[in-house]
Amino acid sequence: MSDERGDPAFGAACPLPLADYPAVQLAHGGGGRLTQRLIAELLAPAFDNPLLATLHDGAVLDLPAGRLAFTTDSYVVRPLVFPGGDIGSLAVHGTVNDLAMCGARPLALSCGLILEEGFPMATLRALIGSMRDAAARVGVPVATGDTKVVDRGKGDGLYVNTAGIGVVPQGVEIAPTRARPGDVVLLSGPIAAHGVAILSVREGLELDGPIVSDSAPLHDLVARLLERFGDRVHVLRDPTRGGVASALHEIAGAAGVGIRIEETRIPIEESVRGACEILGLDPLYVANEGRALALVARETAEEALDLWRGHELGRGAVALGEVVADHPGAVTLRSSIGGLRVVDLLSGEQLPRIC
Amino acid sequence: MRFVDEYRGGEEAARLLAAIRRDAVHPWSLMEVCGGQTHTLIRSGIDRLLPETISLIHGPGCPVCVTPLELIDRALAIARLPEVIFTSFGDMLRVPGSTTDLLAVKADGGDVRMVYSPLDAVKLAQKHPERQVVFFAVGFETTAPANAMAVWQARQLGLDNFSILCSHVLVPPAMEAILASPDNRVQGFLAAGHVCAVMGYREYEPIAERHRIPITVTGFEPLDLLEGIHRTVCALEQGRHGVENQYVRAVTRDGSLPAQARVAEVFEVCDRKWRGIGTIPASGLALRPEWRAFDAERRFEVGALTAEESPLCIAGDVLRGRRKPHECTAFGRQCTPERPLGAPMVSNEGACAAYYRYGRLEETRR
Repeated sequence: MSDERGDPAFGAACPLPLADYPAVQLAHGGGGRLTQRLIAELLAPAFDNPLLATLHDGAVLDLPAGRLAFTTDSYVVRPLVFPGGDIGSLAVHGTVNDLAMCGARPLALSCGLILEEGFPMATLRALIGSMRDAAARVGVPVATGDTKVVDRGKGDGLYVNTAGIGVVPQGVEIAPTRARPGDVVLLSGPIAAHGVAILSVREGLELDGPIVSDSAPLHDLVARLLERFGDRVHVLRDPTRGGVASALHEIAGAAGVGIRIEETRIPIEESVRGACEILGLDPLYVANEGRALALVARETAEEALDLWRGHELGRGAVALGEVVADHPGAVTLRSSIGGLRVVDLLSGEQLPRIC
Repeated sequence: MRFVDEYRGGEEAARLLAAIRRDAVHPWSLMEVCGGQTHTLIRSGIDRLLPETISLIHGPGCPVCVTPLELIDRALAIARLPEVIFTSFGDMLRVPGSTTDLLAVKADGGDVRMVYSPLDAVKLAQKHPERQVVFFAVGFETTAPANAMAVWQARQLGLDNFSILCSHVLVPPAMEAILASPDNRVQGFLAAGHVCAVMGYREYEPIAERHRIPITVTGFEPLDLLEGIHRTVCALEQGRHGVENQYVRAVTRDGSLPAQARVAEVFEVCDRKWRGIGTIPASGLALRPEWRAFDAERRFEVGALTAEESPLCIAGDVLRGRRKPHECTAFGRQCTPERPLGAPMVSNEGACAAYYRYGRLEETRR
């Protein structure tokens, strides 16, 4: 744990127990007693594990055989709590999923908190609790962390950064460049729920029934696929920002292949599709936080699909399309009426249209 | 698997396409008026499935595309004022003015917010009595009732901090202008279903009569468009003219009378400049004198603005259906959705953006 903020004005303060501070103070990030109390009374008990218990400057981990995967992601989602999740669980799922998409089994996470002065302590406690639960579900320790507090008005309540390391088992070789013509594109479930859930809360859209984010950890879904099919799984990707379209576009570009998908096979909940229609959003470009794309060898595709459909996070899995030698670098879509079009990258955020 | 049922749509589409191939004996040029229809055509690949005898000309029905550059510059100037919360539908945010766009003004500290309804802008004005809330009221007859309602509501609520920057346009005068043009190629129209849901289609009957052309009020789904094309082609082949209504699930001959009444109460018809096309007489809506207290142009003095279009951009020809987007030398080179030279490259409904996003298969293959 390192903290360079050091504010001498707070050094001599006689800190009250955390429970007596209804809101985050600058001194909670000051490196002094209040910081210690925040760690001792909230963070350390929540993430309780032997690696963290040393409260050293960093965690020291034993490594199993294999290669290391290493990733980081920052979470700035608004609102902090949304239907189906919150910034705490999302910060675990997002980083665990990034590791999973490298073919890695998650080994440890870090947790960096940037708090705004005045942030309600009760909310922080709840979000840390959610983070703890999400990490426990995955079975990954939060091994190290850091807390900073910024002046009121200089932050947006709470930002979270998590980094993760994981181990890639031998025989697993996941890379976008491994996509080859004939591969089948599998998608683990209905798309666009996360982006639409966030948007509907943020913009106060009055929709019939709540749309719930798909936020979920995909490590197990991926691990089972890899255990069974090994290097016949060529590419994995979680279609987060930019959605399925952008993820496939990146793969096509990296591998120099074409990807063709079928519009009629795109899985999407009716309520999500309805919201996208109203807002003029193309669900192919909307973010997901609990969906995986897998490009697998053709002879494996049917079995792989069955395996995913037998998993609680893959029940809605489909074979979305295939890798083709035609139009390298481009993704095309066969529409429901049989027309063919290019699925291009977006230039910026999708902008809802006028009419 | 869900959505397998959409194959039914596929079968119906195949039936309609076969009917079009069978019935389209002569070559015909049709214009779909609305940019939303252009996007469906290209998104679903209908343009590639039609027989070569049928040529689709993409019409000027994209509100973002035809809003004059000067007005966008005015919007940018107003949005920079510290007391202003500038609100807009999403797709106006990236439309380039002479030098910049609303998203860039936001990045520079302007308070620019995307809303989904002008009534949300009225709510913002209620919530922030100390600020001036301006709504960028652009669009065709489709959005006019909601914008009229916003102004009407603001008056009911006694709000003196709400105003609209108005650039409303009307479809029938634009169709007349296209038909009157000496190099007109349009032989039949697919009229914009959503506009007609508000206005009905009585006003298209004299146009069809005067120019002896078929006009089919058409919806926005792939099957709507195929049916609209088929009905228009059949009318042309049989030498019939007049207005037909394909979009019966949304459109009646009279349209929505309460919506029309609210529009007529708040707005009056005015001459309007269309970006890329020029001024068309009696083709726009402006606030009536008794509602001008809500006119942002009057409320905020930002000086006289003159604006120049990029000399490379052929948006005017594209909007009039004279040239296709990919016939522009700047298309996909100097002009892309990231750095658009003209508005049709920005909007979801712009023909250039539709070609860029969905139609570049051949280019990719090359």
